[in-house]
Amino acid sequence: MRTWWTVTVALPLAVACASGGARPATQATVPAPAAADTTSANRVQYASTYRRHANPPVLIKNATIMTAAGQQIANGSILLRDGRIVSVGATVVAPPDAVVVDGTGKFVTPGIIDDHSHLGVYAAPGTDAESDGNEATNPVTAEVWAEHSFWPQDPQIPLAIAGGITTIQALPGSANLIGGRSATLKLVPARTVQEMKFPGAPYGLKMACGENPKRVYHSRGPSTRMGNMAGYRAAFIQAEGYREKWDKWNKSHQGDPPSRDLKLETLAEVLRGHILVHNHCYRADEMAQMLDLGHEFGFKIRSFHHAVESYKIADLLAREGTGVSVWADWWGFKEEAMDGIHENAALNQQAGVRVIIHSDSPSGIQRLNQEAGKAMYAGQRAGIAVTEDQALRWITANPAWALGIDSIVGTLEPGKMADVVVWSADPFSVYAKALQVYNDGWLVFDRNDPAHQPRTDFELGQVLTTGEDR
Amino acid sequence: MIALILAQTIAITGGTVYPVSGPKLEYATVLIRDGKIAAVGTNVTVPADATRIDATGKWVTPGFIDGGGQMGLVEISAVPGTRDGSLQGDTIAAAFNVAEGVNPASQVIPVTRVEGITTTLATPSGNLVSGQAVLLDLAGATIEEMTVKAPAAVVADFSENGKDEAGGTRAGIVERLRGVFRDALEYERRKTDFSRAQMQPLGARAADLEALLPVLHGQLPLIAIANRRSDIETALRLAREFKLRLVIGSAQEAWEIAPEIAAAGVPVLVEPLDNIPSYDALGVRYENAALLAKAGVKIVLMETDTHNSRNLKQEAGNAVSYGLSWDQALRAITLSPAEVFGVADRYGSLESGKVANVVVWSGDPFEFTTAVEHVIIRGKEIPLKSRQTELLERYRKLPPSY
Repeated sequence: MRTWWTVTVALPLAVACASGGARPATQATVPAPAAADTTSANRVQYASTYRRHANPPVLIKNATIMTAAGQQIANGSILLRDGRIVSVGATVVAPPDAVVVDGTGKFVTPGIIDDHSHLGVYAAPGTDAESDGNEATNPVTAEVWAEHSFWPQDPQIPLAIAGGITTIQALPGSANLIGGRSATLKLVPARTVQEMKFPGAPYGLKMACGENPKRVYHSRGPSTRMGNMAGYRAAFIQAEGYREKWDKWNKSHQGDPPSRDLKLETLAEVLRGHILVHNHCYRADEMAQMLDLGHEFGFKIRSFHHAVESYKIADLLAREGTGVSVWADWWGFKEEAMDGIHENAALNQQAGVRVIIHSDSPSGIQRLNQEAGKAMYAGQRAGIAVTEDQALRWITANPAWALGIDSIVGTLEPGKMADVVVWSADPFSVYAKALQVYNDGWLVFDRNDPAHQPRTDFELGQVLTTGEDR
Repeated sequence: MIALILAQTIAITGGTVYPVSGPKLEYATVLIRDGKIAAVGTNVTVPADATRIDATGKWVTPGFIDGGGQMGLVEISAVPGTRDGSLQGDTIAAAFNVAEGVNPASQVIPVTRVEGITTTLATPSGNLVSGQAVLLDLAGATIEEMTVKAPAAVVADFSENGKDEAGGTRAGIVERLRGVFRDALEYERRKTDFSRAQMQPLGARAADLEALLPVLHGQLPLIAIANRRSDIETALRLAREFKLRLVIGSAQEAWEIAPEIAAAGVPVLVEPLDNIPSYDALGVRYENAALLAKAGVKIVLMETDTHNSRNLKQEAGNAVSYGLSWDQALRAITLSPAEVFGVADRYGSLESGKVANVVVWSGDPFEFTTAVEHVIIRGKEIPLKSRQTELLERYRKLPPSY
């Protein structure tokens, strides 16, 4: 709730914040664990049942095509077929059965990706019954998986789709030092979360620094930032031992296998590099501590989330190859968020850090294009060179990288999955609206056609649309 | 006032001027003297001693007014010691005027005003009657210097939050308010009896009843926070009953009964980017502002996230995207709030005699491409500096030189 009269209640509960399927020729950048080096029993775990919807080919022509791959094509065309981008360019030959979309005056971008969402795990309406994002019963809950909380009928999902979002990372909240596994999901209407699981995407792990875990566990600990650090270290020391035991057994198959531990299984996969670490962390000095934690245990932090002070250590982050997932302008809601500035994204870009604009908000996710525009122009006004292509990558190719799916989605290039948005205007304008959203070639949203404006079960009969009356 | 003595004569020349009270003027001059707007037009003589601002190719508007939030009442949301917007332990907190809790040294103020927001309503929260909202200019070393109008309105909560203070039911809200309103009028008639303790116990403290009298006499608006359509209708009903000058705040389902609200002549405070359904407002949607305006309701836009009050511009731009006209959106953050909060004789438009809150923009103020080039509050140019611009300068090159 953004409303002022709930401010005192809604407050720092901003704790909220925070495979399978056949797709030949595309590989996630992070290889899925081979059976031989996984600690888990050799079995399928909650496999994706995602299936592409059959659709006729689509040709969008005469539009400004923003590829997020270095190119902007005026009066360009793009052909989508069988869920793939077939060709992009000034002239594109389309098959006769293609649906032709006149893109005159329109802009076309890759589908927008939000690498920090709590859709489905903190569903609307925001009641206790729908509060499934923080297993705040223990500071380390690496054993929980966000997908097991995810509610596909969350009415916030169609709102995000209408904002051009095609893929999200649904994360556990930030109450815990280690909050659990994330889920990378195709944002499509579905009955089950399995039908939304992005085929081939690696898992992520949510970790959190600073004020939130300290506040939540104040009475039992950790109650300090040094307590936070000790908590992560203790967990990864256990994980090292667990990994060793399983590696040994996997090699020899001598005697009984070690007993399975869900928490350590996930952490061991982090140590093996199969699960990507997404770390909620605001302060520059704390991010430096977390990078050292990664060095101590030999894992990389993929992206710092929120990272409002990342501009202070952009050089360090660039050296480490860790990305930053930031807001355009959030600040001031707690002490560790006091130093947020508009130019954070641009300063990181300038230093060579992979920048992602994320939402952490069911409202903000609907206009990541605007937030990227805000951050880009703020940077430009401050004399920091940021191109439109770079800023577009903040909400497409870079979050795709953070999620380990950048070889599959994130740009408009032949062979990529046909996740495409048609905008009414330059997407960095406050007046731009997504007109059409294609997810894997499926027209999941069309602003001008009620037949392509999916509604969740929740909305039926109780949420009015234009023209309806009670 | 010292601020006025030091005030400059400023001539903003050559810009496209949006007076709001009338059509836009090309190549026009806004002349500012002694804190007031001295002249606006295409044929204004610029005095020799005036500081000139060349606004050729620029847009000139009144400073924007945010109709919501808690400016000066919250520094760091998570730090209770810095929060002064809510009175504890008084369900009918009508006498609670937030003004004396305002912090003129708040860092949020410069962050906000350098983005063209020059005036905000600082609003109490919590309780059934939350207290008195005040209208503040975002400049001035003291509370007195900042104050535009105090109180500007009394706030009551008709939403699901309000019922917690009213026995846990929506009917309790209106039952309690009716009782308190009647008691206030009774108290007014029988103050002598009251002081002699010859009255039955009243529904609120004497100070709170006293504070409700200007509302009950139609001198001060009552902002009723209400989202569900039926709650809005309840507020309208109560306002008819007691002849209140009602304003609906938040009003998420107001679009469903826009003609009824228009007919009642009740203005509405809207946050255009509200659209997440809750059980308090399953019908919340982006088109609210536009549908209300279309029905003839006077709307005022808000950005209630105090730290990002500057995003009032983005709220306005999105309201335009979802059907409000650009001119309506500009009016909803300038002249309309001035009218609703009772200061339209001094604020809200670029007209001779009004307080000189003026902003010069590089282009359309709602667009992200646009830079704020000059901010003038009460006739004084404000340096475009804040703690955030200082952080930028410190860390622009790494490592920083401390």
